[in-house]
Amino acid sequence: MTTTAPRQAAAAPPPPPAGPSAGRRLRALLLRQWRRLTAMRTAIVLLFLLALAAVPGSLLPQRSLSQNNVRQYLADHPDLGPWLDRLYLFDVFSSPWFAAVYLLLFISLIGCVVPRALEHARALRTPPPPAPRNLLRLPDSTELRVPAAPAAALDVVEEELRVRRYRVERREGVRGPELSAEKGHLKETGNLVFHLSLLALLLALAGGKLWGYEGSILVTEGQGFCNSFQQYDTYSAGPLVDSGDLSPLCVDLEQFTAEYEENLTAASFTADIRYGEPSAEGRPTTIGVNDPLRLDGDRVYVTGHGFTPCFTVEVPGGTSFEEVCAPFLPSDQQTLASEGALKLPDIPGREEQLALRGFFAPTGSMQGGLLTSVDPRPLAPQVALQAFSGYLGLDSGLPQSVYSLDASQIERGRLTEVGSANLAVGETMDLPDGTRITFSGVKEFAAMQLSHDPGQVWVLAAAITLLAGLLGMLLLRRERVFARADPGAGDGGTVLSLASLTRGGGESGSRFALLTDDLRTALASAAPARTASDPEVPPRD
Amino acid sequence: MTDSALAELSDTLFSVSVALYSVALLAFCAQLAFGRRRARDRELVGAGGPVVEPPLEAAPSGGNRWGLLGMGLTVLGVLAHAGVLVARGMATGRLPWGNMYEFATAVVLVAVVAYVVLAVRAPGLRHIGVFVLGPVILAMVGIGLFLYAEAGPLVAALRSSWLAVHVTSAILGSGIFLVSGIASALYLARTRRSASAPGADTGILSRLPSGESLDRLAHRTAVFGFPIYTFAMIAGAIWAESAWGRFWGWDPKETWMFISWVVYAGYLHARTTAGWRGRPAAWVNVVGFAVVLFNLLYVNMVSTGLHSYGGV
Repeated sequence: MTTTAPRQAAAAPPPPPAGPSAGRRLRALLLRQWRRLTAMRTAIVLLFLLALAAVPGSLLPQRSLSQNNVRQYLADHPDLGPWLDRLYLFDVFSSPWFAAVYLLLFISLIGCVVPRALEHARALRTPPPPAPRNLLRLPDSTELRVPAAPAAALDVVEEELRVRRYRVERREGVRGPELSAEKGHLKETGNLVFHLSLLALLLALAGGKLWGYEGSILVTEGQGFCNSFQQYDTYSAGPLVDSGDLSPLCVDLEQFTAEYEENLTAASFTADIRYGEPSAEGRPTTIGVNDPLRLDGDRVYVTGHGFTPCFTVEVPGGTSFEEVCAPFLPSDQQTLASEGALKLPDIPGREEQLALRGFFAPTGSMQGGLLTSVDPRPLAPQVALQAFSGYLGLDSGLPQSVYSLDASQIERGRLTEVGSANLAVGETMDLPDGTRITFSGVKEFAAMQLSHDPGQVWVLAAAITLLAGLLGMLLLRRERVFARADPGAGDGGTVLSLASLTRGGGESGSRFALLTDDLRTALASAAPARTASDPEVPPRD
Repeated sequence: MTDSALAELSDTLFSVSVALYSVALLAFCAQLAFGRRRARDRELVGAGGPVVEPPLEAAPSGGNRWGLLGMGLTVLGVLAHAGVLVARGMATGRLPWGNMYEFATAVVLVAVVAYVVLAVRAPGLRHIGVFVLGPVILAMVGIGLFLYAEAGPLVAALRSSWLAVHVTSAILGSGIFLVSGIASALYLARTRRSASAPGADTGILSRLPSGESLDRLAHRTAVFGFPIYTFAMIAGAIWAESAWGRFWGWDPKETWMFISWVVYAGYLHARTTAGWRGRPAAWVNVVGFAVVLFNLLYVNMVSTGLHSYGGV
């Protein structure tokens, strides 16, 4: 949007009609409001509102980024938190007021751009406008005295301008033969493309949100998952996603590899996976950071990794219990020190439920009697383990995290600690009732994410046309050149008035000077040399 | 040279460039103090256009000599400053913008280079040297004190060819916006004087380029920076799609880039809208400057998000 002059005029209230009917008054009122909404000043204010509205979204924790941080914030601010929540301040970018601002902005944009697009389409087909009455009043203008006759002089000017790709229109004006030339419609085209691309971008975004989904899951080596909402640890889906319609895809994680530089900077994470339809033999591939698996419409990512310690539990009766493994969540990304829990509600031969809570260090070191991790690589895995016996409360109906024990069960005495030990791989801890727990080994897990966003390719297309339009709008110039030929002082020569109007692109004076120089040369060489040189009227500044 | 020697050279060059900028600042101060009043040269600057050299200043005055000295020292400072990044890049065998120290150093370099290019094309702009180099020196000292990070390899997430595309364009866009913001701030200072007391056009501010040319400089640089910044945002979204599983997720850095993009869009609109032209539009540009600074500093150092890399 480069000028607003026409819209400023349009925004002025229309003259009050004599005795308008109620309907007409309402229409006038609506029209006035519509013009106010689509005025550039309103658009600028809405732009600032949009910027302002996004600020709390970065300063307060957001549910879309981390549910945990929001829960923590609510716990830390019991008075303020619920009020902020009521104002959608933890869901800023999906809040009604944020939507109100950008929808108003887009309505304002439509109201501005659509009339301009129609006008531009008309302007593309109509010849350049007639020359203004007094050319010398334009900011860039000059007078040339040339020996040729008026028509011949204009012929030369027209030829020179056509070579420069101007569209030229000759007219017989009241003040003599004149010429209008124009080029640079692409500037306005760029402007319109930019703003229409913004609209397309918003629509594509909305489509992606409505029909898109993503699910994430922690997968330990040797395990896999299939694309269904029941399997994911967490998922989010657009309102128009039918959970029966998810693409049939299963992924098995065969091996996860993390590589480190000498100073323990993470160098690469790669996951060897097999993927395919549920019944089929999967195809092998390797994915990693910055390198997802891209299928038709779906993408599979590795978004993180960690360790899954495994334990064997033997009850005194003698029947060996199977190996149990659980991913422990990293609490420190540098050393991959991790925390986690295992819940064993149904151990054959044991009446009470058993639970293990642990701190895992891939490379353990005892510091001040506490196990700490000093290296993210599994060089000397150790786990500090606490065993609890009692009632886990899994069937109480309240949701529990699978990665931690319910602290309230411990506080209420339903779960009591029955033993603790620091174990290296292969080491064993005996509980008072004779149960043996062995730290049998460790595997790696990968945090995997499957994303489906049918809108994103359209978002990309819109972004590319947006950038192209922006470049055209900001870098191109629209130029108009006018010329009028007056018969000179009876000597058969011509006084040629030249003027140009430029929109955008900055310094116009120097380019106009170049153009007049070229025209002067062309006119001098085209015309029969009658006198040595005619004095010229100096250019006006 | 070994990698560690190169890394050391880079650190030395950092100090050298700060020292050179400081001496250049002194020279620019001297230019303001001893230079002739600009009563005669009403319009010195054709920012980006043809240089309008006032005929009366053909013989170099004392102030002009100081200005030339300042420019020369600034160019030397730029060379040392660029050397900081080149030596870093050679020491680590990668692009030298893998952490906040390198990124911020590069942004400041772009700002100084943009100033030097403009000042070479339009000598009148040498008069704003103090106001460019002052913030630059402050920024460099701050970067050296608070952001310094040892030369080291990139973290896995940054090992992508999009680093060259996204971060380079973000550095260029931010650096150019910083110059634009300084020009608008000076424009505000300059026009405040002439608005309050039209007759009393004396003092240091009167030696600045005219308000009109400062405003034009601010607009030109913003027009130049905006597509680059837009491109940085799009490239970042493409990278985020392959690195984080979504092209846009309102991570704090993304949010603040969006905010600054919207503010600059507002500036470009405001400058062509009746009622917003002139000082109100310049204020918008200054707000944009503040948002870009906030995005460079606060978002990486205080809040935690996906863009937290390299120790800060």
